[in-house]
Parts: sequence; structure tokens; C-alpha cells
Amino acid sequence: MIRLEGIQRIFTVGDQEVRALRDVELTIGAGEYLTIMGPSGSGKSTLLNILGILDRPTSGRYRFDDLDVTSLNDEDQARLRRRKIGFVFQFFHLVPRLTAEENIELPLVLAGVAPAERRQRVTKFVRAFGLTERAAHRPEELSGGQRQRVAIARAAITEPAMLLADEPTGNLDRTSGGEVIDILEDLHRRGLTLVIVTHDPEIGDRAKRRIRMVDGNVDSDRVISDET
Amino acid sequence: MRLRDIVSFALGALRGYRTRTALMLLAMAIGVSAVMILTALGEGARRFVVGEFASLGTNLVIVLPGRSESAGGPAGLVGETTRDLTTDDATALKRHPAVTRVAPIVVGTAPVSWGPREREVPIIGSSTDLLTIRHWKMAKGDFLPASDLDRATPVCVVGAKVSKELFGTEPALGQWLRIGDRRFRVVGLLATEGRSIGVDVEELVIVPVASAQALMNTESLFRILVEVSTSEAIPKVKAHILATIRDRHQGEEDITVVTQDAVLETFDRIFQALTYTVAGIAAISLAVAGILIMNVMLVSVSQRTAEVGLLKALGTPSKVIQGLFLTEAALLSLFGASLGLIIGEFGSWALARIYPLLPAAAPWWAVAASLGVALLTGVLFGVMPARRAAKLDPVQALLRR
Repeated sequence: MIRLEGIQRIFTVGDQEVRALRDVELTIGAGEYLTIMGPSGSGKSTLLNILGILDRPTSGRYRFDDLDVTSLNDEDQARLRRRKIGFVFQFFHLVPRLTAEENIELPLVLAGVAPAERRQRVTKFVRAFGLTERAAHRPEELSGGQRQRVAIARAAITEPAMLLADEPTGNLDRTSGGEVIDILEDLHRRGLTLVIVTHDPEIGDRAKRRIRMVDGNVDSDRVISDET
Repeated sequence: MRLRDIVSFALGALRGYRTRTALMLLAMAIGVSAVMILTALGEGARRFVVGEFASLGTNLVIVLPGRSESAGGPAGLVGETTRDLTTDDATALKRHPAVTRVAPIVVGTAPVSWGPREREVPIIGSSTDLLTIRHWKMAKGDFLPASDLDRATPVCVVGAKVSKELFGTEPALGQWLRIGDRRFRVVGLLATEGRSIGVDVEELVIVPVASAQALMNTESLFRILVEVSTSEAIPKVKAHILATIRDRHQGEEDITVVTQDAVLETFDRIFQALTYTVAGIAAISLAVAGILIMNVMLVSVSQRTAEVGLLKALGTPSKVIQGLFLTEAALLSLFGASLGLIIGEFGSWALARIYPLLPAAAPWWAVAASLGVALLTGVLFGVMPARRAAKLDPVQALLRR
């Protein structure tokens, strides 16, 4: 589904060039589950941003299905992101003035889905994510785990092909972190391609395919078979 | 994104930051209502003055001795002398069919006494037509009797204040008082409500024109007021007056004819200019409100950087993000302007209540212009912040919490 070829990403900080990604090659198949680990500054987040088309690589090619993402204009990239990609962030990024329900509905509103259909889908997701009682509350009234569940529901409601999670448990205690991972893995079992960036080896080791980044390069890319 | 959703998203954002929204609405409302109230004041003053002039007499033509333009050389050398306007001239003017009334006027001051009390009082010499031309009213008795202009009947009409000061509580009607060295019988008392520009009717004694001429020892008139039947006839009457006087003054056009219209028009223009000026000053506050909106929208964009980042991550095109912020600014100025409209209407209503003489009401052009300018500045100053929001780098934006 995804092919990255010779992806480089160079940031200019002051008069210094920082090579966040150097020559990354990566292929992700549809329905895969992989975790990306590595020390701070190894380029995990940059890679995730490029996968999510939030950032453009300095050089290299990115193919999503049969589209050459790097050659698309901003508007087409936005459309691809809207239809195919969902994001889950470490800091949730819920809109503070909207209720849990409204936050979940937001992508559908932005996509111009008709109100009747929106309501139907939101109700379904709110129930599926166990948020029925908290649906009318604002993010500030929700616990961290509840917030992240809202965020995941928001990412999943557009039924994207791929879900990208950047440290989804980074701000949660162990219990709610575990719940969040369970929900994400559940979504994966239903066919979603799942990519999780994490510091936590416990979470990193749950996926069959584990990628380790060091200094802007893919250091190792292991697929663990069920037997071991 | 659907239009309804865009609007409700923007409304939600406005509701989300109540203090900011309230302050913006206030700024916009003050701007719009300032324009409305100040122009209402200007308009009120203009209408008041126009109304006052109308009360001087409608379809009025005023004849003054002397030419307003110079004759092109010292009068004496060219052999052109200014002749006085006389009562005979006034009588002659009356002959045109469109002329309904003629009031010659002589003014001056003279000592007026009754018994031991004496006062120096402005005297007007005129004819019976003056009452109607000036829209004055009588409190008691009659105005000057209708008679030939050169008959010096020894009667007078006095104003309320003069009557009070001379006669005190005693009835003035029928009393003989002395003006200068002549005796006059009081035949009427002027009502006080008839005030008109330049003349205080309370402090006035009116005598027949011939009596005034004798009192002041002069043949000449201060001016002649000519009332014309219809305003369409004014140009004809004006020509007739000029021709008649030229005939009577050995072919010299030594008078000036002023129409009420000309005077009115001048005042109208002055007050119009005044209204524009205050409207312009008030418009500055509108512009300030616009700049405030820009500032607040800019602050809002940086406050909501993370939100913009999220919108981008959710695949919202830049154009839509720009539209969202622009809608917010437009709604803000729309509500502010409507609020200002209400305050302005209320303000002009209150003004009209406090100064009943002043017909204060904002003219339609001021209402339309202030609303237009408010919306325009709101949107115009909203463009820059909206663009800034749309241009944000999503990765950087999402780093903010």
C-alpha cells in the first residue's frame, strides 16, 4: 500500500542543516501493524509526519496505493489525508470548546457529510468506544484515557485505510494506556493499517513488525513470527 | 464543508471565547452607533435650521437696496447713485398678479415710554401683511390695520416683554404710549411662540411703516418682503421686481433680490458639510474597530494554532481553513454592526426625546454606509489573519498544545 523510496528530510535550523531522515526505504502493506521505536531525535516522528502527508520530504518518492504523493498539490494531499489517513496524537488535540461527541463528528463536518448520516455514525462510534455517558462533556471534563478514546474515535470515524499514532500512550497511566492500545489493535483486526510510534518497549513489542530508527535511518525492520 | 456547518463552526468559535467576542462586538457597535448618532445630530441641526427658515415665510422674496455686485468703479464717478427703496416702490411691486403680500420694513431703535417708565426698544415699521409673512401670532387685539403704506396711523403692536416692562400688570391694550416724540395707541399684543431667526418678537414694537419713517426721519426702507403665490412664480416675480424698480429708478438696477431658496440652500449646504464632517470623524472609530478585529483575529489564530494544525491533519484544505476564519470575522462585524444599529437608533431616539426641537434621525445613507463600512473592514481585516491560519505548517502547529 505504501512505498517510501530514498526519503530524505532536511530541516534548516538557523544556519545548520539537520538531517532528520536520511535515505529511508520502507514498504507497508495494507492491513499491517507495525511499531516504530528509537531514541529521541532518531526521526520517528518525522517519518510518521511524512507517512501522514503532513510534511513533504526534501527528496525521495512516496507512493500511496498507486498515487505519487510527492507530486500532488496541497489540495489533493489534503483530500488523500481526509479520506485515507487517521491521526492519533500524544496530546490528543481535541478542540476544547467542542463536546466529546462534537469532536468525534468534526472530520465528518469538515468533509461535508450530511447531518443525518453524521449523527448515525457518531452515535455508533460513541457507543462502540464506551463514551455514551461522556458524549456531551467537553475535553476538560474527561480523563486522559477518555480523551484519547475520543481522539481515536475521531480518527476512525472517517474509516481511513491507515491509522498513525504518535506516542498515543505517552500521556496516560498504564491502565488507560493499555486500554488505548487494545482499542487500536481492535481497529487493526478489523482491517486498518496501524502504525504506532512509541518509546515504550512493552508496546513496541506487541506488534509483529517492529522498526527501529537510529539517526534518521531504519536501523532494523524485524518481523516476528508467532512461534517465537 | 457545508455552508451551514461553516457558519455554526465559526459561531461556536465565537461562543468559545466570550470575553474576546464581547469586546469586539462592543468596539464595532461603538463605531457604527457613533456614525449614526453623530450624523443624526448633524441631520437634526440641518433640518432644524431649514425648518426655521421655512417659518420665516414660504415663497418669500427679499428686496434689498444697493447692488451686491460692484458696478465696476466708484459709484459717484460713473454717475451711478444708489437710490433709496421707498414705500412707493413697495406699492408698485404689489401690482404683479403672483404677488400676494408685500411688507416694507424700516428698522431702528427709539425710546418708548409710558408714564414714568422708559425703555430703548427696537422698532419695526411695516404693513399689515408682515404678520402673515412672518407667521407671527397675536396674543391679544389686532395687528397693524390694512391701509395705504404712506398713512402714518398712530397705532402700535408690542411684544410681550415690552408690554410687561412698561405696563406691568395693567392691561396694555388701548393705552397710549410715547415713541420718540409721537404718541401711539396699543392695538395688539404679539404672542410669544412666534420666534424666528434674528428677531426676538418679545422685545419689539411694530408701527405702520410711514410712522416709523417719520420717527426715524428717513424716506428709505431697510428692505421689502414680497410673498409670492407659488414657488414656480418666483423667477417671474423676481424679474418683475427688477424691471419695476429699474423703471422707477431711472433705468438703474440698484437693488438686490434674494430668494428664500438661495438662503436656505446655503444653510443646507453648510449643514450637509457639517454632517459629512462628523460622519467622517465617527468613521475613524469604525476603522479602529476594523483594526481591532484584525488584531484579535491574529491573536486568535496564534491561540488556536494547535486547532488549525488539527484541522489540517484532518485533511481540511487551506481554502476551507481560510474561509472558517474569514466567516468568523464577518460574523463578528455583522453582529457588531447590528448591535451598533440598535444602539444608534436608540441613541437618536433618545436625542430626539431630549431635544424635541431637533429632529434628530440618522439619514439612510449614514446607516447604509456605516453598515457597509463595518462589514467591509471586518472582512478586509479578517483576510490577513485567515491567510496566516491557512499558511501554518501543520507539523509545527501540532507541536503546540
